[in-house]
Amino acid sequence: MASTTPTQIDQAPPVSKSARSTGRAGDKIFAGLSKGSGILLLVIMASIAIFLTYRASIALSKNEGNFLTTFDWNASANPPVFGIAVLLFGTVVSSIIAMAIAVPIAVGIALFISHYAPRKLAAPIAYVVDLLAAVPSIIYGIWGALFLVPQLAGLNLWLDEYLGWTYVFDKTQVGVARSLFTVGILLAIMILPIVTSVSREVFLQVPRMNEEAALALGATRWEVIRMSVLPFGRSGVISASMLGLGRALGETMAVATVLSPSFLINGHILDPGGGTFAQNIAAKFDEANEFGRDALIASGLVLFLLTLLVNGAARLIIARRKDFSGANA
Amino acid sequence: MKLQRKNMLRASALGALVVSGALVLTACGSDDNTKDGGAASGKPSAAAAGDIKCGDAKGKLLASGSSAQKNAVDLWVKNYMAACSGVEVNYKSSSSGEGIVAFNQGTVGFAGSDSALKPEQVEESKKICTGGQGINLPMVGGPIALGFNVAGVDKLNLDAPTIANIFNDKIKKWDDEAIKKLNPGVTLPSTAIQAFHRSEDSGTTENLGKYLKAAAPEAWTYDAAKKWPAPGGLGATGSAGVATQVKQVDGSIGYFELSYASAQGIKTVDLNTGAAAPVKASAESASKAIAAAKIAGTGSDLALKLDYTTKAEGAYPIVLVTYEVVCDKGNKPETLATVKSFLNYTASDAGQKVLSENGYAPIPAEINTKVREVINSLS
Repeated sequence: MASTTPTQIDQAPPVSKSARSTGRAGDKIFAGLSKGSGILLLVIMASIAIFLTYRASIALSKNEGNFLTTFDWNASANPPVFGIAVLLFGTVVSSIIAMAIAVPIAVGIALFISHYAPRKLAAPIAYVVDLLAAVPSIIYGIWGALFLVPQLAGLNLWLDEYLGWTYVFDKTQVGVARSLFTVGILLAIMILPIVTSVSREVFLQVPRMNEEAALALGATRWEVIRMSVLPFGRSGVISASMLGLGRALGETMAVATVLSPSFLINGHILDPGGGTFAQNIAAKFDEANEFGRDALIASGLVLFLLTLLVNGAARLIIARRKDFSGANA
Repeated sequence: MKLQRKNMLRASALGALVVSGALVLTACGSDDNTKDGGAASGKPSAAAAGDIKCGDAKGKLLASGSSAQKNAVDLWVKNYMAACSGVEVNYKSSSSGEGIVAFNQGTVGFAGSDSALKPEQVEESKKICTGGQGINLPMVGGPIALGFNVAGVDKLNLDAPTIANIFNDKIKKWDDEAIKKLNPGVTLPSTAIQAFHRSEDSGTTENLGKYLKAAAPEAWTYDAAKKWPAPGGLGATGSAGVATQVKQVDGSIGYFELSYASAQGIKTVDLNTGAAAPVKASAESASKAIAAAKIAGTGSDLALKLDYTTKAEGAYPIVLVTYEVVCDKGNKPETLATVKSFLNYTASDAGQKVLSENGYAPIPAEINTKVREVINSLS
């Protein structure tokens, strides 16, 4: 070291000059690469949208039914009649059920891991929750159809008996629990890991000073969480939920395996029936002719737009709550 | 913080491992089927190599279509490739619709289909078959069984109108008068009937629909289609899915290929066709019903018109006949020899014998003779 230091100092001006010049080149290359990547993403998104719109327009121009209000999917028939009303309803309802169940539980797990659990316990719990994300969705589907559906029969009867007056939980058909409600529970389990791990990361980033200040003022652990952790983490939890919602909206195989689909809108969520965009595409794609596939692509375009809308809405919510976001802390 | 990050990394690495492992496994699964004969790979091959005439067959033959005949084709392919070295036949089991689309795009040598080509599909096929058109060759038959699961009931007789009314939600309890009348001496519970049908479009649904429309036109007013037409009932994915639901749910009834019933030990309905005794679903009884079929196609097209109202003793008329779709003229020169040689084997006595040994129904001799004639005339 000692011998090299002087030579380095001697050669310092030329080295730094050349370093500066390669640095600039590196900067330029890096800037170019990142700009290119950014543009590539936009190009990919745009070409997906163009492809979907083009194929969808072929189908929509020949549809004999109203695409938005028809309760039927007969795209391969002659004349073709198909509409997305049932699919839109089923997709939204099952996702709402999934979010209502998953978000509170995920926030609870995240808070437990980040603020309550001893370190030795926190790591394995976090690990196990993350593992849930690695289970392929068809496995959830098989588990749902063979285990969850029979197990939910009791819960369904209970809900029907005590909450039947709400209309929503009124079970009007006998039959196994292959309903949107069951699908919602299954989706909740599937989106739990993503919501949990993002929320956990956000909660761990709450400035130590805030928490210590609250503790110094005599706050209990719950008060610390309520006054400093939750407000700080709110936007993060919202983004985490939106990520989960994205998965719930697009989930295919698990829904197709568990749901007993029918082209009817039914407000009684314990009754079998309904359908979702992704489930319908998976079920119909195999036997559809070329026109039928275009029609399915049209329904896929609606799912694409729905996801864009959800993400846009999430951005708006987060932007409104900028004061609390991690960037300003 | 650091600890958590590391764990996340580890978890995702493990997740990636699991996922890629699953991908590798599934990839193996679909590739190996063509070589090892899939589910039935353990059974000894019925054909001696001497029965298979390889002719000028060479290279690779792609085919695609109906999953209903998948197990039969897998066995044929296995026997055929063992006899003819240097030939590879690859049957992609997808669906009838997909098979016909692939055929009309010219990407496969032949397609397997649960239902005969529709006029517009024949029209389309003329582009691929230069100077000819697509034709249907009946190759595999099979009974569609009605599986039931009713506590305390081991044997159940039903006729077409009753089946129709069960599946269109008019008969709701197992102790309904109509069912009681057909089953004297059987104590039927007052359990609600849960009818299961296919939730995705399916040739099995279409064939059951054809039977019900022909045999019980007053009770079943729907046109036969791949999509389930009737109200009520519950949907499940695939024949396997319907069979699993029937196995699981008390008071249920569903329809699927006979092999699914035997595989899961599900009891099947004996059909009251008007013959002296109710008929049990079996390869043999289905073959008897197919024997009553007439050829509806013209020229070399051998599309069948099944007689669903047959009262022949021991004939079970809820059957599915699957076709191989080929060009009568204008087959691609590079695959023509292989198509002829392979289909010659499947239609041969040895090839048809494979069927009855595996829960399928052979095509009756009279029709089969014509099939062989047409195969030899392919060009």
